[in-house]
Amino acid sequence: MKVSVQREDFDLGQEVKALSKNAKVGAVASFVGVVREVPMALEHYAGMTEREIGKIVEEARVRWQVMDCTVIHRFGELQPTDRIVLVAVASAHRGDAFAACEFIMDYLKTRAPFWKKEERAEGARWVEARAADDEAAERWQR
Amino acid sequence: MKVKVLFFAALREQLGTSGEEIELPADVTSVAGLRAHLMQRGGSWQAVLADKKLVRVAVNQEMVSPMNPIKPGDEIAFFPPVTGG
Repeated sequence: MKVSVQREDFDLGQEVKALSKNAKVGAVASFVGVVREVPMALEHYAGMTEREIGKIVEEARVRWQVMDCTVIHRFGELQPTDRIVLVAVASAHRGDAFAACEFIMDYLKTRAPFWKKEERAEGARWVEARAADDEAAERWQR
Repeated sequence: MKVKVLFFAALREQLGTSGEEIELPADVTSVAGLRAHLMQRGGSWQAVLADKKLVRVAVNQEMVSPMNPIKPGDEIAFFPPVTGG
């Protein structure tokens, strides 16, 4: 299990390759979040961020067969088309890999202490939390 | 008692500080008490911390409810709903 909160970019191919080394792994599902349209600055609560992501990963491991997992979240100044976040899950079969990947991503959006500030032409503004993100996380409790 | 208070994102900007060490009166023993204590400073403190829906709290890097007790040396963070991912 790898959790990294970093300024630097990541290489999807390299991360997926690292998760595929175990011969028992039959599926790696990955999600990459990308900055859309507007430049932004990402702030985070160092320490708590890593802990929260770690807890989310542990919850996923209780629910599904997760053989290995990598979560990378960037912070700092980011431009449109820049990668922001990677969640990649290795499992024996695709069902568990897909589900755990989506679960981790949904919970990360509502629980990991990151805040986006968009640098728009009319001025900078903090992004407001979306009810749709809360609903996406809540549906896993049903 | 002495605690460390932190502010993030919009709260940090509106309050003009990322945090401070603060000596609390003896009757301040919970997150809600600390919040009320800070709001007594008036001005932006009163305005920014008043909106319960938009202020989340973590004690020692764990999300907590307002009634959560606090103890000497705790790190108490106030921040808006998160928007990562």
